[in-house]
Amino acid sequence: MSAPPSLQLEPGKVVLTGTWTLAALQAQLPALPRDLEFAARNTPAWDLSQVERLDSAAAILLWRTWGESWPAQLTLPEALRETLNRVAKLSVEVPTSTEKARSPWEIPGRLVLAGASELRGVIALFGQLLLDLGHLLRHPADVPWREFGANVYKAGALALPVTAMVGFLIGVTISYLSSLQLRSFGADIFIVNILGVSIIRELGPVLVAILVAGRSGSAMTAQIGVMRVTEELDALSTMGISRTIRVVLPKVAGLTVAMPLLVLWASAAALLGGMLAALLQLDLSLAYFFDNLPRAVPLANLLIGLGKGLVFGFIIALIACHFGLRVKPNTESLAANTTTSVVTGITLVIIFDAVFAIMTRHIGVPNL
Amino acid sequence: MTALATTAVLELQGVSTRFGQILVHHDLNLRVDAGQIVGLLGESGSGKTTLLREMLGLWRPSAGLIRLFGSDLLAGGHLEQQAIRRRLGMLFQQGALFSALSVFDNIAFPLRELKCLDEDWIRRLVLLKLDMVEMMPVHASLMPAELSGGMVKRVALARALALEPELLLLDEPTAGLDPDRSQNFVELVASLQQSLGLTVVMVSHDLNTIAGLATHVAILAEKRIIAFGKKEEVMHLDHPFVAGFFSKERHKLL
Ligand SMILES: Nc1ncnc2c1ncn2[C@@H]1O[C@H](COP(=O)(O)OP(=O)(O)OP(=O)(O)O)[C@@H](O)[C@H]1O
Ligand SMILES: [Mg+2]
Repeated sequence: MSAPPSLQLEPGKVVLTGTWTLAALQAQLPALPRDLEFAARNTPAWDLSQVERLDSAAAILLWRTWGESWPAQLTLPEALRETLNRVAKLSVEVPTSTEKARSPWEIPGRLVLAGASELRGVIALFGQLLLDLGHLLRHPADVPWREFGANVYKAGALALPVTAMVGFLIGVTISYLSSLQLRSFGADIFIVNILGVSIIRELGPVLVAILVAGRSGSAMTAQIGVMRVTEELDALSTMGISRTIRVVLPKVAGLTVAMPLLVLWASAAALLGGMLAALLQLDLSLAYFFDNLPRAVPLANLLIGLGKGLVFGFIIALIACHFGLRVKPNTESLAANTTTSVVTGITLVIIFDAVFAIMTRHIGVPNL
Repeated sequence: MTALATTAVLELQGVSTRFGQILVHHDLNLRVDAGQIVGLLGESGSGKTTLLREMLGLWRPSAGLIRLFGSDLLAGGHLEQQAIRRRLGMLFQQGALFSALSVFDNIAFPLRELKCLDEDWIRRLVLLKLDMVEMMPVHASLMPAELSGGMVKRVALARALALEPELLLLDEPTAGLDPDRSQNFVELVASLQQSLGLTVVMVSHDLNTIAGLATHVAILAEKRIIAFGKKEEVMHLDHPFVAGFFSKERHKLL
C-alpha cells in the first residue's frame, strides 16, 4: 500500500508526505488536523512536493488549516495545483432561505389552512367525479368496466377471507362476554337481541370499514401516488385518457359497491361466531337463534348497516384517491400521504358513524 | 506502486448471466487495470447495465467470478463489502438520487455516513463537487423532482464522486447532457484521472465521450466481451457492431 499521509516539521518549513486522500485520512482523523493546526500556527512555509496524491477532501483540510488563504511560502507540484485551486476558488456561502420568526399562532393556523385545502381538494375531486358520471351517461362506451371489475375483485373478493375471520372472532368474543353477564341476570335469551342489533347495525359496518381502510385505502393511495411519481398519470393524460375516469372513478365506484357486500358477509360471519359461542356457553340452540333473530332485529337495522357500508366505502375510496393525487414525487411524501389517507379515512368513518347513529336513533329499535 | 500494479482493479472470469430463459452473458471475461478508462460498448439491451450491476455486487451472476481490487465482493461479510464499496462510485443510468433528500443532502449522505467529517468540511466538499459538475450553489436546496434530466445526471455524478472513489462506474454519463456539458464532463473525468489515478469503467453510446476520454474500449456482443484493448486497435476490428459504431464518424473525430 502507499504511504499514509503525514507531516514533518523541518526547520523553517512543514513537509507533507504520503497519499492525502479521504480514505487514507480517515484513519488519522482526530490527530492529523490538530497537528496541521499546530504547524500552521508556527510555520508559514509549506512543502507539498513529496505528496503522492491529493484529493479534494484533503485539499479542503489544508485550505481550512491555512485560514482560507495561500501560505506565505508554498512549494506545490503542478499536478496538485488544480485540486487546490478549485478549493481556493470555491465560495462557501450557501444562499440560505430567509426564515421568519415563528409566532405561536402559526402552527395551529397552518394546520387549519392545510385542513381547509384538503377539504377543498376532496370537494373538487367529488365534483369532478360527478362531472365524469355525467360524461359517462352521455357516452356509455367510455365506462371503464374492466377497471371497475378489477377493483371490485381486489377490494371485495380478495378481502373475503380476512373479513370473515375477523368477523367470526369478534362475534365469538362479544357473545362470550355478553353471555357471562346475561346469565347472572337469568336473561340468557336476550343474547339474540344483543348480538343481532350490535353486529348488524353497528359493528359489522365499522369493523369492515376499518379493515378495508387499512387494506384497500392504503393500496389505492400508494398506487395512485406511485403512478404520479413515475409520471404514469401524465402519460395517461397525454393519451387523452382522463385520470379521474380511468383511475379514480373505478376505485370509488368499485369500493362503494363492494363494501355493502363485505358488510353483509362479515356480519353473517360474526353472527355465526356469536351463535356458536352461545350454543357452547348458554346451550342456546341454533334453531332458537334463527327463529328469534328476525323478531329481535327489525329489517331496518340490516338496511342501516348496508347503507353505512355504502357510505363508508365511498368515503374511504374518495379520501384514498384524494391523498394519492396529492403525493409529491418523493418517497417521503408517498409514505406520509399513505398514512394520512388511512388515518383520515378511519376518522371520517367513525365521525359519519356517529352522525348515522343520531339520525337513525328512532328507526329499527325493537319494541319489546 | 509495484504490488498494486500487478493486481487488476476489476476482474471478471467466466461470468454468465441468465434471466429466466434469456441468457444475457455467456462465459464473459474482462480485466481492467489501475488507471485505465474503459469504454464499454454494446448494442442497447446487450447487458451493459447488468454487467455494471454485477461488478457492484448488486446482482449475483449465474456463474463465474468477479473480483474487485483483488477480492471477491460477494464472498466477504458486511464490513468487508462496505470497505470495498467505499472505494468505488457508481453513476446509475437513471440517476437513482434519493427522492426525499435535497441535492445537498444527496451528496452529503455518503460523507455523513463516514461519521468522521465535521459539517463545515462536508459542506465545502459538497459545494466543491457541485462546482465540479457545474451546478450552482442555489441548486443545492432543490429536490431531485425539481431538477432537469441533465441536472439529475450531474448531481448523481457529484454523489458518485463524493467519496473520492478509486474506481468509478458510469452508466451513460453524458446521455441527456448538451454538447458543452459533455465536453466539460470529459475534461473533468480526465483531470480527476490525472490527479488521482482513477480507474473508470463507463458505458456510453456517445462517440465524443468515448473518443475524448476512453483509453481502452471493451466491446460487449454475442453475450461476451469480443474485444478489449486500446481504443485505436479495437476501432478497426472487423465486426458488424464495431464497424457500424465507428464507421461514419470515426475519421471526423479520431
Ligand atoms: N431484472 C431483470 N429481469 C429480467 N430481465 C432483465 C432484468 N434486467 C435486465 N434484463 C434483460 O437483460 C438484458 C440486458 O439489459 P441491460 O439493462 O443490461 O441492457 P443495456 O445493455 O444496459 O441496454 P441499454 O444500452 O439500452 O441501457 C435485456 O434484454 C433485459 O431485458
Ligand atoms: Mg443500460
